Amino acid sequence: MIEFTLNGAPARYAGSAGDRLLDVLRNTFRLTGVKCGCKEGECGACSVLLDGALVNSCMVAMGRVQGHSVVTIEGYRETPQFQALDAAFAAVSAVQCGFCIPGMILAADCILRKNPHPKEEEIREGISGNLCRCTGYNAIVKAIGLAAKEGEGLW
Amino acid sequence: MVHTTHPISDSVVKLDHSAKISGRARYLDDLPMDGVLTGRMLRSDRARARILAVHLPPLPEGYCVVDRRDVPGDNNVNIVKDDCPVFARDTVEFIGEAILMVAGPDPKEVERLLREIRVEYEDLPPVLDPAESDTVFFEYHYAKGDTEAAFREADHVFTETFHTGYQEQAYLETQSMQAEPHPDGKVTVRGSMQCPYYVFSAVNRVMGGDPGKVQICQEVTGGAFGGKEDYPSIIGCQVAVAARKAGKPVRMVLDRREDMTCTNKRHPSVGIYKVAVKGGKVTAMEIDFLLNGGAYTTLSAVVLQRTIISSPGVYFVPNLKVRGRAVKTNTVPNGAFRGFGGPQGFFGAEMMMDHIARKLGVNPLEFRVANLARQGDSTSTGGRYHFHVPLPEMLEQVDAMSDFRRKWAEYEKPQTGRYRRGIGLSFSYHGAGFTGNGERDLIKAVLRMRKNADDTVEILTAGTDMGQGLKTALVKIAARELDVPLEQVRIQNPDTDRVPDSGPTVASRSTMIVGELVRRAACRLKEIWKSGRVLEVEEHYVHPEFLIPFDAEAFTGDAYPTYSWTVQVVELEVDTLTAVPKVLGAWGSFDVGTPIDEKVVIGQMEGGFLQGIGMGGMEYAAADGSGRIRNASFADYLIPTSMDVPHMECVLNTAEYPEGPYGAKGAGELPTVGGASAYLQAMEQCMARPLNHVPYTMDDIMAGLREVEA
Repeated sequence: MIEFTLNGAPARYAGSAGDRLLDVLRNTFRLTGVKCGCKEGECGACSVLLDGALVNSCMVAMGRVQGHSVVTIEGYRETPQFQALDAAFAAVSAVQCGFCIPGMILAADCILRKNPHPKEEEIREGISGNLCRCTGYNAIVKAIGLAAKEGEGLW
Repeated sequence: MVHTTHPISDSVVKLDHSAKISGRARYLDDLPMDGVLTGRMLRSDRARARILAVHLPPLPEGYCVVDRRDVPGDNNVNIVKDDCPVFARDTVEFIGEAILMVAGPDPKEVERLLREIRVEYEDLPPVLDPAESDTVFFEYHYAKGDTEAAFREADHVFTETFHTGYQEQAYLETQSMQAEPHPDGKVTVRGSMQCPYYVFSAVNRVMGGDPGKVQICQEVTGGAFGGKEDYPSIIGCQVAVAARKAGKPVRMVLDRREDMTCTNKRHPSVGIYKVAVKGGKVTAMEIDFLLNGGAYTTLSAVVLQRTIISSPGVYFVPNLKVRGRAVKTNTVPNGAFRGFGGPQGFFGAEMMMDHIARKLGVNPLEFRVANLARQGDSTSTGGRYHFHVPLPEMLEQVDAMSDFRRKWAEYEKPQTGRYRRGIGLSFSYHGAGFTGNGERDLIKAVLRMRKNADDTVEILTAGTDMGQGLKTALVKIAARELDVPLEQVRIQNPDTDRVPDSGPTVASRSTMIVGELVRRAACRLKEIWKSGRVLEVEEHYVHPEFLIPFDAEAFTGDAYPTYSWTVQVVELEVDTLTAVPKVLGAWGSFDVGTPIDEKVVIGQMEGGFLQGIGMGGMEYAAADGSGRIRNASFADYLIPTSMDVPHMECVLNTAEYPEGPYGAKGAGELPTVGGASAYLQAMEQCMARPLNHVPYTMDDIMAGLREVEA
């Protein structure tokens, strides 16, 4: 039995330690905000926070999360930091098809936790593991900068 | 400059924003799997072969195999010419072609069964090079003026050949569809798609032709870019047949490698240009385009039409002779990708004009400006540019943003040192809507608007939102005309049981054409509005009266009612030690008419421009010697990240179109049309030589640098 913390609550998984975190989150826990874009660790759509660090959940085996904390968009959306990012992404119309967005939001949180006042280059670097085919990234970069400003003190 | 700021352009929060950002939006594969079987496809691993036998392992209870013998109707997918089979016939024609599906409750067991199936093939010689193909799917010719005389009287005649490569749409959500059988024989097919009624026609034909027994529902769609114009018809037919056989819902979600191996891409092209110049003006062009159609015709006919119509670019060319062919090869069928043939045509035109000027020893930008079409000039097909052509003022706008002219002159000087720079500029247009009389004769869009007893209003349209913002745009238009808050107007993902056929969501037509139907419907509804009453109005497409009728055989007349315009600049730096190119900046001006939502439109321009730049440099795919796409993953096919174009500025230059809602024209495809030639021109300055193909990759840079050393 694998025991871990999922979105702040204790969670147990009875399957194999070799199963993918991505599949378990989506199929067992029905956390479908975690998207599957490639299953090869290239696109970032399945990004989650593992002890606060951004990871591609398709590249994480369940054995790795024993005793650790996993946060998905479903947990993160309950935070005030999410509210700030939500408002900023809305203000600049940064969401198009939306498939990359849950991962992008978690990437944004990682950037801002490390550096509450990031420069544009730092934002671009921080989301460079999350592919977006729709926006050209400008609006997303702008939104994260705006969230940093409007959400002053949250990170 | 015609510049307006209409109140409709003020941005609102996109209607799909909250559901998507919170992770609550449900794409097909997010729907519960309860009772739904997983379908996986056995695909050909031969480019061309006869199937002699298929040996199946014993199937556990609850699992089934579905192939062409299970198709109740016609085993052909209705697209344009219906030659693409639902499941392979006696032969397979490309690597990735669907042979049969295994469906069952446990995905791992389905995978195991697939691995145990043995197919006996008799290999046949494949045709992989379009130049060697003897199967011409489509060939079109058109001409105007007297090219022979123009070439005879020319001061100079230039001939060159240009190549463009595959480009993968790379939508983040892979192709995914599900079918559900009903006890009365009806089937519901739902999933990720641009065109519910295309899927409807295809499934209807395959299931036996009773339109009352087919229902198509679009689910939240994670990007498309043309890639979900025709392919959902193919996969929709496959799951429909499987669900009928299994008697249970069947879902098929392609994995990324499968998607990149077997779904359509931008057609690779070869364009041969012969151009006559007299007195500094282009007097004639002879153009010959060859598109690699792949194994089946799918959308090649229509893509080819756009390629050849746009092949002379934005220039006024009085004498013109154009031929285009799309040929068969035993490779993945190619199809729609944002720009739809336009990027290939404009790439050839822009590079050719640039090269001619260089050979003449004149400034390429000035040469191009001197040859620009103006309002009233005849188009390539002898139609007319009925409206103002805003390129000259857009050029000044982009020059001011990018400092193009100064940088270009600077980078023309001999460069030494490790880092070399270059800057390129492209002019292009996108003809909005279906080519020729397509809107009037083929699409015949219908839209309904219903007012409920609680005074909410619903827009009933087949138009799909795949992230581009169509729902937001249509609701804004309706709310404005009805003078009600946005929240009072509803729009759902289309369900063919509920919505009329307002046409496919393609060809940059939706805002301009469906948006205008919404505007007119709202005006009528407002006239008859009675609070508390249920009311419904229906609007039909009306063909603009000013058009010169288009002859689809001769390619004469107005191919498009109006044009969206763009000027794009790309600045590059190449590291001659590592061969790594860096995009220093990208600047664009875009005329899409009145933006229905300014931020949404800017988002479209930025995203589309980045795809165009990708086509120029980093997005490389090719078939290997066996006919397999060898860049079938995000590890091998690179799309731009947030680091690749760190500085991009897009601005709008608005020339209103009187037939579009509030002056709106087509927007979606325009930004992807001109990026490749701007990129390659910049690369030419970095490499100090003329170049003729895209993508120009790091390998090309490396090879080019070695040539210099040698």
